[in-house]
Amino acid sequence: MSRTPAVPDSRDIAMIAVFAGVVAALGLIPALSPFGSPVPITAQTLGVMLAGAILGPRRGALAVLLFLALVALGLPLLAGGRGGLGILAGTSIGYFVGWVVGAFVVGALTYAFRAPYRLLPGLLAALVGGVVVIHALGIVGMILRADLSLGAAVKVDLLFIPGDVAKAVICALVARGVHAAYPGLLPERRSRSAEPADALR
Amino acid sequence: MTGVVGLYRPGTSVVHRLPAGVKLAGLAVVGAVSVMVGTPVRAAALVACVLAGYAVARLPLSLLWASVRPLLWVAVPLGVFQVVVAGWDRAAVVVGVLLALVLLANLVTLTTRTTDLIDVVVGLARRLRFTGVDPERVGLLLSLGIRSVPLVLELAGEVREAQHARGRGASARAFAVPLIVGALRRADEMGDALAARGFDD
Repeated sequence: MSRTPAVPDSRDIAMIAVFAGVVAALGLIPALSPFGSPVPITAQTLGVMLAGAILGPRRGALAVLLFLALVALGLPLLAGGRGGLGILAGTSIGYFVGWVVGAFVVGALTYAFRAPYRLLPGLLAALVGGVVVIHALGIVGMILRADLSLGAAVKVDLLFIPGDVAKAVICALVARGVHAAYPGLLPERRSRSAEPADALR
Repeated sequence: MTGVVGLYRPGTSVVHRLPAGVKLAGLAVVGAVSVMVGTPVRAAALVACVLAGYAVARLPLSLLWASVRPLLWVAVPLGVFQVVVAGWDRAAVVVGVLLALVLLANLVTLTTRTTDLIDVVVGLARRLRFTGVDPERVGLLLSLGIRSVPLVLELAGEVREAQHARGRGASARAFAVPLIVGALRRADEMGDALAARGFDD
């Protein structure tokens, strides 16, 4: 992380832009049914978690922010083909803020564990950043925008927890595959004496 | 065709011709002022003003309905909940303000070209130059992001076909890993192309 310059260079810019596209694609592709589930879940938050887990905190958060900016500017890229400035005025705004912060937290934790990517720490990062942070901010947003009490907002929110926990698991599996196929994104570990214990490999 | 259609509806009305920056500023002002709406009468007046905006912009009723429909999922349960918990007055204010703000934001989206909105964002970034924001990079990110969406969708189509050809079902992992690795490779090419044009100098 210490080598990252203050201003993103052209490679970072391209990665941020392309990953905004990935978040969009995951939301637009309808029948992604993990584990043969009959109910297709929207994979958009999977894209948010992956942005952090693949690109790290800064680029990951910027990719999600760019995606939301494109949506706000009028591209119908949210799952279900929604878009436009209206999303910023709706009751889900807390979740959208949570996406940016969540991607940052997933990235910060994932990159703190360093290379090679391991499943359990990666899953922990995805759960903390991708589920806890996003839902906490989403609840705050509902309290502020929909004038709900804390209890009522939590009740609404809980419906989406199981799906997002499943997405955190998928995120860790996918991130492991991507980091294996495209090494060099995660910072190296200092001591390389011990053979990397590739836990659940 | 890029495959992604924006939400903009061309027209020649006063609302269409207002500068994008004015519309965005107006939206921000209404959003800030809406906190002070405290009675059902004022909330109704706000909704009426926004509806008048749709009439002035000569947008068809079907578009208005398309803006309202996704809101019903939120507005109806929210309204019922508020009636039970806080009474009719409060429910009317909460739902009315939400409806008005989302419809107004959608009105801006429907009557303003995405490129004009990007210009406003880049213009704002120019004012924020002193904070370290680089307006050129902001503009580049937005246009690269727009380009990335069809690029990644195309990639997603290729991955899908390859997946079917190999007889792998709809496994999220078998889909997302090659999609993201492919996207990162494209990002490398884009980054090299930008660097070759002296973008980092």
